[in-house]
Amino acid sequence: MYTLKRLLLGLITIWFIATATFFGMHAVPGDPLTTDKALNPTIRENLEEKYGLDKPLGTQYVIYLQNLVQGDFGISFTQENRQVNDIIAEHFPVSATLGILAIVFSAAGGVLWGALTALYRNRLPDTIIMFLVILGISVPSFVVAAIGQLSLVNLNQTAGTSILPVGGWGTIWHMIVPSMVLGLSTMAYLTRLMRSSMLEIVNADYVRTAKAKGVPAPQIFSRHQLRNAILPVITVLGPQIAIITTGGFVVEIIFAIPGLGRYFVQAVQQLDYTVIMGTTVFYGAFLVFMVILVDLIYGFIDPRVRLE
Amino acid sequence: MSEPRIAPDSEAAYAKSAGRQLLIFGLLVVAAIVALMWVLQALAGMVGGSNANAQAINYADQTITIALAEEPPQLDSTRATDASSGMVLGHLMEGLLRMDLNDRLEPAIAERWELTTTQATFWLRKDAKWSDGRPITAHDFSFAWRTVLDPATASRYSFLLYPIKNGRAINEGKLPPDQLGVSTPDDYTVVVELENPTPFFGKMVTFQTYFPLREDFYRSTNGKYGADADKLLSSGPFVATSWVHGASMYLEKNPHYWDRDRVKLNAINIGYITSDTNATLNFFKDNKIAFTTLSAENLREALEQRWHVKREQDGTVFYLEFNHQPNRLTRNKKLRQAMQLVIDMDELVYKVTKLPGYLPGESLFPVWLMGVNDYFRKEYPAPELKLDQDRARQLLAEAKTELGLERWPELVLLSGDNPLSSIQSEWVQGVLKEKLGLELKIDKQIFKQRLEKMHAGDFDMVLGGWGPDYDDPLTFGDLFASWNVQNRGGYASDELDRLVAIAQSSVDTEERMRAFAGIQQIIFDDVVILPMYERGVTYVVHPDLHNVKRRVIGAAVDYTSAYIDRGS
Amino acid sequence: MSQATQLPDDAFAPLTRSQHVQSLSRPSLSYWQDAWQRLRANRRAIISLYLILGLLLFTLIGPLLWRVDPALQDVDQISQPPGADRSAILTEDYQPWYGDPNTPGEGLRLAQPASTQAVRLQWEADPDAAEYRIYRNIFPVGTERALGLPLFETPANQTYFEDRLDLRPGVYFYTVVIMDSAGEETEGVILPDGQTPGSLPNQLEVEVKRVVTLSEARQRGLVDADENPPMGTEYQFAWHPLGTDYLGRDMLARLMHGARISLFIGFFAPLLYVLIGVIYGSMAGFIGGMTDQVLMRMADFVVALPFLLFMILFKVVFSIGPGESGITPMLVAMIILLWPSTARLVRGQILQIREEGYISASRLLGAQTNYLVLRHMIPNTMGVILVTLTFAVPGAIFTEAFLSFIGMGVAPPTPSWGSMCNEGIKTMLTTPHELIFPALFISITVLAFNLLGDGLRDALDARMRNRE
Repeated sequence: MYTLKRLLLGLITIWFIATATFFGMHAVPGDPLTTDKALNPTIRENLEEKYGLDKPLGTQYVIYLQNLVQGDFGISFTQENRQVNDIIAEHFPVSATLGILAIVFSAAGGVLWGALTALYRNRLPDTIIMFLVILGISVPSFVVAAIGQLSLVNLNQTAGTSILPVGGWGTIWHMIVPSMVLGLSTMAYLTRLMRSSMLEIVNADYVRTAKAKGVPAPQIFSRHQLRNAILPVITVLGPQIAIITTGGFVVEIIFAIPGLGRYFVQAVQQLDYTVIMGTTVFYGAFLVFMVILVDLIYGFIDPRVRLE
Repeated sequence: MSEPRIAPDSEAAYAKSAGRQLLIFGLLVVAAIVALMWVLQALAGMVGGSNANAQAINYADQTITIALAEEPPQLDSTRATDASSGMVLGHLMEGLLRMDLNDRLEPAIAERWELTTTQATFWLRKDAKWSDGRPITAHDFSFAWRTVLDPATASRYSFLLYPIKNGRAINEGKLPPDQLGVSTPDDYTVVVELENPTPFFGKMVTFQTYFPLREDFYRSTNGKYGADADKLLSSGPFVATSWVHGASMYLEKNPHYWDRDRVKLNAINIGYITSDTNATLNFFKDNKIAFTTLSAENLREALEQRWHVKREQDGTVFYLEFNHQPNRLTRNKKLRQAMQLVIDMDELVYKVTKLPGYLPGESLFPVWLMGVNDYFRKEYPAPELKLDQDRARQLLAEAKTELGLERWPELVLLSGDNPLSSIQSEWVQGVLKEKLGLELKIDKQIFKQRLEKMHAGDFDMVLGGWGPDYDDPLTFGDLFASWNVQNRGGYASDELDRLVAIAQSSVDTEERMRAFAGIQQIIFDDVVILPMYERGVTYVVHPDLHNVKRRVIGAAVDYTSAYIDRGS
Repeated sequence: MSQATQLPDDAFAPLTRSQHVQSLSRPSLSYWQDAWQRLRANRRAIISLYLILGLLLFTLIGPLLWRVDPALQDVDQISQPPGADRSAILTEDYQPWYGDPNTPGEGLRLAQPASTQAVRLQWEADPDAAEYRIYRNIFPVGTERALGLPLFETPANQTYFEDRLDLRPGVYFYTVVIMDSAGEETEGVILPDGQTPGSLPNQLEVEVKRVVTLSEARQRGLVDADENPPMGTEYQFAWHPLGTDYLGRDMLARLMHGARISLFIGFFAPLLYVLIGVIYGSMAGFIGGMTDQVLMRMADFVVALPFLLFMILFKVVFSIGPGESGITPMLVAMIILLWPSTARLVRGQILQIREEGYISASRLLGAQTNYLVLRHMIPNTMGVILVTLTFAVPGAIFTEAFLSFIGMGVAPPTPSWGSMCNEGIKTMLTTPHELIFPALFISITVLAFNLLGDGLRDALDARMRNRE
């Protein structure tokens, strides 16, 4: 019942997202048909008719919703012979693969480094990791990606053979460095978050009780401290998965990866109406799903949390 | 339990134990990640990708790997407008005629042709075949051209077919497509009736919009023609055997191509699609691709790597456009002249853009255009400009009086959001402030919003540019005709319109070139625009790959005649 | 045998009232006083306060001391690293040049002394040449026979060339290759003056010196208007302690001026949207149930909106004209779009804390909602809030740069650290100082806020009151 209610609310959220994006997008000056070389009026009219842009906005909206209910996102304006459904179906798996790997890297790294810094608070490991973290977030992702790629080139040149590919997509070896680059800033964030929430639990009553009872140290650490400290990490992780899987634009360009992020950003720049709508609605649905998942995991990790 | 029980206050011992615990967790996580990666590997195999470990040149297979800046939106010749489509289609398709390695017209699918003021006739060769082995017939051309002009197709480049009789009327929906002035007396003859005399029609048919299309195949793709490798039919040197969107394409030699002996490469592997020039430089350095362009920032790197750097014109001209509408200050000619006299395009090219191959702008007509016998700009050199700051200040003062201004208000320079146009607009801003004391506001807009503002005439000055649509000075020459939709500044001059009309319809080459020279002079005298630079490309090719041809129109990089030679 | 204790009568007399009985040996401290004391005792926090003070001084006092116009361009000193050679020799104004066959010497030679203004080459015609291609390199040619940059092709009848492309003081090597009528390079090159054919293509070694013309020197203020120094006088160009950028503008001045925007946005945007997020999230978490659901779905809605698209939309809605500063609209837009992540995080924490024993205890003791939230819940989520806040600082700085780049934010030539970083990326390998300095300042800012966040966290943590 609870999950059902959540799903219903989720659907309404998605409808809101679709509506806001639809009208927002049409309110932006320019349209998908304006190009560098101005089109002559005849050609413009032909294109408007083809895409139904000659109809009033309200009608267009109704038509769009009707198609959306049937799961049809329409035809792209830039890739005129390609369905938006095909674009999502072909490129989302790539982004998802990269994103999952990046999330795993950042979550694992974040929890480990965070716990470590909390244990060694204000001592050398803490200081070193903090400096790395600050470096990680103060340097734009462009630079990190470029430096990552450059070091791969240098590695291969030094070795005289291709140890890791410098770019492209296809095998596991193509994914390692891009996913690390993609996950870096999230990892830095999670490290600090984990450190902070660990510190809050160090002196919690139940930890003290456990120690007093003589529970073995490893058990206190893993059952009580880690488990309780990890909640904020999970809260952040849910939406972060959705953000990372579609936000890898920079990494996708630099490492020549055929992900969805590239298409999404280009669609906004090109005002490719159908692709903007398709990717936004899809991404919204994905986000809503991840958030529901996180809430369910909450209750699993910390049974005290009641959502109803 | 082997773990020691600790005293509650023994922090150090606790930390040590927890640290050990963390280490174990860490190892477990690493193991889990490795396992996950193998799962992903299996999944990735299903997603597909680039030809992962191909080297720049595969000597055994006579295959090269290259990168593409953008993915072609679709390989549909009736719709293609962009450079990437032009590049790939140039390898897959061939039209009636083509340009040879010295940029001269030569027969392709038509073995000979004849052009008069009223009609053009093409006699097709009998051995020309589609990549599925069926012959290419005259009908494939007439069908293609009717499709382009059909309003339902809504092709953006349909205007290129307006020289054909009734072309414009069909595109406007006033006539049905079967009224097009193209007839096919037999399977191997195409007769084109022309709307007006079009002396450069021969060059027009080399362009992608004129490529053939086979009706039965086109209809069988259900509106997805050219969207995937299996929804494509080639008439040219290569055939696409795989296309993973956004990642790679594989072009193999077309066994049915009539001129197959010309093609030396067995395949072209487009292994990467990225617009980042630093990334392609890295791929080149890593010996993964056989061609890369260089930006000013990585020239030094190229020199240090001791590469054989080359340069070529890219064909595009960039200029500062003025708004000539009545309510704009830039309508004042003396103001424009004052700017003309202080903005030193040499400085822009030599100190700011810093790339060899870029030429300081002198004319609307780039240097590579052909005139009567030689390059147009050799026969009709651009008017010489002598910078003169004192004269400029004097003109500016006069302009101020003419306009009845107390002081100059800030002028608006509309600019794009790419790094190069940012730098250029800031440079112009600095120069005008320093040399004329004119304040400039930079209106930075992203792509579509900038176009919208240009279209609405909402600017004083704008950074504009024009790449040629076909190989004739007219593609530049008519830009500032009063009727042209590209003339966003609204410049209107009867004399210029008259010269454009001559250039459009005269069949006498010399007369046409004189008309273009007249246009060149008007643009300079009236300061319709300020030519900034002609763009060039600086690039490196793998030392073992030869005969790579760069083109201004069509495939920007043409590998159809390229061959691999390891040298000595 | 009990014996009653004998107590004197005065034992039952009340004591004189004393003020000192109830007093504590140490002064009583409120939560905030205690926090402030512990903050002051925290070495990291103090360092961070000094850093922030330093940054404020840099941006507020700096421009008063270093009075260089951050928008002043100098095309002769483009992308100069710090400490580059600044000397220039006075020379004549630039005049177009069309070759000089009477140049003394034979073969490839300099027609005039080489300078950053131009390198003028002259050579004798070769009977086999249809064209000449001129190359320039920064190294002598090696066995790989790479001649460097191809600068130009001159026709057979033009046996001179003037190079003006990005000349910098230093040594260059020129080669003139003979081309055949098919447009292909031949093995032949024009021999430089006084050289004999070698196994490698012969090059002309040219040392380029920086020059300045009289009018330029006057504009730079090196020479007074009425002064007429002889040609060849040496001058020193303006000093740029941190080098110059891609248009020859002073980096130090730009960093000082850019700090205003970046620190403003980097401080206020996160502060405001985190604040909103905290209020929103604690409301959702505390009330729970259906309200929580609806509030959080609204947060999801905002997160899912395409950021770039709505930023463009905001720009239109706020009608930012060309060249106008859009700082306030940008701030508003960032606040509107960026609060949900904090809200979600705080809500999650509150959900967890809500069930803690001390909350129930407090509730049983009759605590009001406000008290519960402000006294118990928010302080206990302070740690994660501070982390989010400090992490939002670089985020806001880079978002500002990105928005300025698309024309919503500060208008050029106003600098900001973020946009300086973005511009520096392109020349990261050749002139790293253009990236390193702004990135360094951003790092220092982030470091300062992180240290301060840590200090505050320790100081505000009620459970740590009795420690240290």
